[in-house]
Amino acid sequence: MADKPKTAIISDLRNYTTVRKGNIMRKLALTDEILLSVDKPARYIGGEINMRVKNPKDVDIRFCMCFPDVYEIGMSHLGMQILYDILNNRKDTYCERVYSPWTDLDKLMREKNIPLFALESQDPVKEFDFLGITIQYEMCYTNILQILELSQIPIYAKDRTENDPIVIGGGPCTYNPEPIADFFDFFYIGEGETVYNEILDLYKEYKRLGKSRREYLKAVARIEGIYVPAFYDVEYNEDGTIKSFRKNIDTAPDRIKRQVALDINDSYHPTRPLVPLTKITQDRVVLEIQRGCIRGCRFCQAGMIYRPNRERDLEYLKKCAYEMLKSTGHEEISLSSLSSSDYSKLKELVYFLIDEFGSKGVNISLPSLRIDAFSLDVMGKVQDVRKSSLTFAPEAGTQRLRDVINKNLTEEDILTGAYEAFLSGWNRVKLYFMMGLPAETEEDIEGIAILADKIAREYYKIPKEQRQGKVNIVVSTSFFVPKPFTPFQWARMDTPQEYIKKQQLLRSKINEQLNRKSIKYHWHEAEVSELEGVLARGDRRLCKVIYDAYKAGCVFDAWSEFFDYEKWVKAFADNGISVSFYTSRQRSEDEILPWDFIDIGISKSFLLREYKRALSGSVTPNCGQMCSGCGAMAFGGGVCREKKNLTAGSAAEDKTEDIIAAAGGKYESQN
Amino acid sequence: MKARIKFQKYGAMKFIGHLDVMRYFQKAFRRAGYDNEYTKGFNPHQIISFAAPLGLGLTSDGEYVDISLITSRAPKDMVESINNVLTEGFRVTGFHLLIEPKKNERQVTAMSLVSKADYLVSLKDGYSLGERFLTPDAFKEAFESFYAKSEIFINKKTKTDEKLVDIKPMISMISFSEEEYKEKLKSILSDVTRVQNDERNFSLEAESVAEVYENGIKVYLQLDTGSASNLKPELVMEAFCIENQIEYNPYAWQVHRLEMYAKDGKTGKLVPLDHLDR
Repeated sequence: MADKPKTAIISDLRNYTTVRKGNIMRKLALTDEILLSVDKPARYIGGEINMRVKNPKDVDIRFCMCFPDVYEIGMSHLGMQILYDILNNRKDTYCERVYSPWTDLDKLMREKNIPLFALESQDPVKEFDFLGITIQYEMCYTNILQILELSQIPIYAKDRTENDPIVIGGGPCTYNPEPIADFFDFFYIGEGETVYNEILDLYKEYKRLGKSRREYLKAVARIEGIYVPAFYDVEYNEDGTIKSFRKNIDTAPDRIKRQVALDINDSYHPTRPLVPLTKITQDRVVLEIQRGCIRGCRFCQAGMIYRPNRERDLEYLKKCAYEMLKSTGHEEISLSSLSSSDYSKLKELVYFLIDEFGSKGVNISLPSLRIDAFSLDVMGKVQDVRKSSLTFAPEAGTQRLRDVINKNLTEEDILTGAYEAFLSGWNRVKLYFMMGLPAETEEDIEGIAILADKIAREYYKIPKEQRQGKVNIVVSTSFFVPKPFTPFQWARMDTPQEYIKKQQLLRSKINEQLNRKSIKYHWHEAEVSELEGVLARGDRRLCKVIYDAYKAGCVFDAWSEFFDYEKWVKAFADNGISVSFYTSRQRSEDEILPWDFIDIGISKSFLLREYKRALSGSVTPNCGQMCSGCGAMAFGGGVCREKKNLTAGSAAEDKTEDIIAAAGGKYESQN
Repeated sequence: MKARIKFQKYGAMKFIGHLDVMRYFQKAFRRAGYDNEYTKGFNPHQIISFAAPLGLGLTSDGEYVDISLITSRAPKDMVESINNVLTEGFRVTGFHLLIEPKKNERQVTAMSLVSKADYLVSLKDGYSLGERFLTPDAFKEAFESFYAKSEIFINKKTKTDEKLVDIKPMISMISFSEEEYKEKLKSILSDVTRVQNDERNFSLEAESVAEVYENGIKVYLQLDTGSASNLKPELVMEAFCIENQIEYNPYAWQVHRLEMYAKDGKTGKLVPLDHLDR
């Protein structure tokens, strides 16, 4: 690892421009002419409120953190704010940020050969020690290549030299990092709060000793949770499945253990989050109330990979909320977590926020809540009932299929919840379903239409004079994409043709309902879901496909206006790769899955047991009721620790718990 | 109570559009602990009003926002507390408590008062007007003869259409140096003086944030601004370029707003917005 070229820091004023005598300011990487000719120049100038300012000359490590999507999306991500805080709390490190340049600037940067730059210092990313990319969804994979190419960093890790930054991947998609393995020097598997300091300390030491990039990678591979793809080889069987996955150096671990932060109850929450200068998707204070979920829905990757469920301390959250509102000036606060109704102190927290800040012009944005007296009360307090709608996520149309996916929400819960809400003045309902779930039949599809109709009928049970006009029900369906580390990781996924047939079936079934005129139907495009399905459960052979698709012009695939299915189809064909091998093939129990080398903390036998229970329609109690032995207890924290005395017997006797578990209705504010 | 705040916008913040500036200040007031008045309802928002929005890419020494407060601390304190929470590119230079309108009197806003504004338009370094205008003197000579014309017609585009207008009457003063500009202002401005620091007012002695370019080609313009008659400095420069057969490049000019004025109904003289009582 040679020293970086020193051009980055010629003098202290390298990053500043003189306006008037004595008045120095940050200099921008882009000219006025470029900034004034692209859409939303605020994306590229940095200078946000609470941006950390350091002199690059004063630090040992320059770390550029990247969210590979447009600024407004990337800036809305809480995880990046947490890491930005942790890394900048180190005196020897300056953590800066970069996001995907929108297509207009992308074009100009290529034409003028302008290297991609970090927002803080406006220095080229290629001059940094690290480029850390957070990977939140599969459809951003081509954007990662765009970031690398615009940064003028070799796209393939094997082509990088001593002068290039070390490229790290992190985030939920890295729980199957194989489709993008060739582009990263290493992956950080797990939550960022745990071993970053070790990684950086080691780097500093190795840099001081003048050690090479490869020597550093060999050393970093010994830190728990670090996966260096170059140290592992994959062999394939003739049928295309994996024959073996083996390390090629002795010192690398056989399995990579997911990192879990067990002390988040009263630490690591940012208190001075960045406030952008332009409107972004989440233009508000975001309070993470808990991590992980006790529910165990079988389709949900987040519900598995963030185990164990860990709650943050109520008093700590109050303090964070207060400090964040003070340091940002935001006029809105929202709560972030999976299944927020399960947070044990939710009532206290929400009433605190309303009482403490509601009178000070702060809007409280409610998360999805199950419908009960409490949620109806707070909903009525914080928003205009006439303008908001109720959201339920039954996910499947019949009780049988809801049992298959372990979604503990009964028809009765939904109908009672809707009726209560209708009585309180609501008249708009949104329903979310998935299509293509394992064991799905035509009856399940029809069940969606019938359920929507039943909800409408609930509305008309209310005396006419109490109704607020007509009821309005929106049914949305998305296509189920099986994900790694879920009980459905072996399942076959429907083909786009099968999906479309089901869509048409539902359309016609809705038209047969009594209240068909009150029901609107929205659906997702099948092609994007198919690609997501390939990338989610793919292996290393997909790296070349992603590369070719990117080179053919694919970028911003998550944006429907840019998604180009034909180019992807061609990239698969050119590489002789069959899409259906990855999507609509039922995997056998003993197949080596591309992500098997990652120890997620949930055992494969638990996932298989759950898969079998799913197919037999058996539900599994949630972590709050009893432990089902997924394996996460080994982490030694969170809900597993609090509930470990509960045996199966005592949980079953606890009827109240069952009732609470059954009422999983979701609510979401919608203005 | 109403207060008028004067602020500067400069550096990278010239790339922040008007709506974002509004959002920026709403958050800044909260950080500074201002006791703003809010509208009622489920989505309360601060009662605030900006005078003549500044276009993207422009810098300014003379921006104004009127706010509504429930309580206020001393003006000096208000200026200091907000400057402590502003980021580079924004600076508050004045805070003035306004007189409440009497009964039967309408509340006036900064927006409705503006009638003129001063601008400094400079050629950015790295751009050229061609062989004929290499020096500030050559530019000055050409601009003076352009301004000496009895009428200056140019296509003025609005959202819906485009029409030929004479912009000459909308230009009330031109100058080519700071000294000349300040001298000319003396006869234009009303002689109202503003106390710098008392229980209702505080003004900061602030240096201009206008960017300075080596080529020295620049012009000071006083133009109609506001709802009755409005002329953008960019349009003047475009007309000048057309007159002199130079290709007009909108990126070549840095436009900087210096001050905004209301017109004194009796004398016809101009009063800077921070010298008004309401």
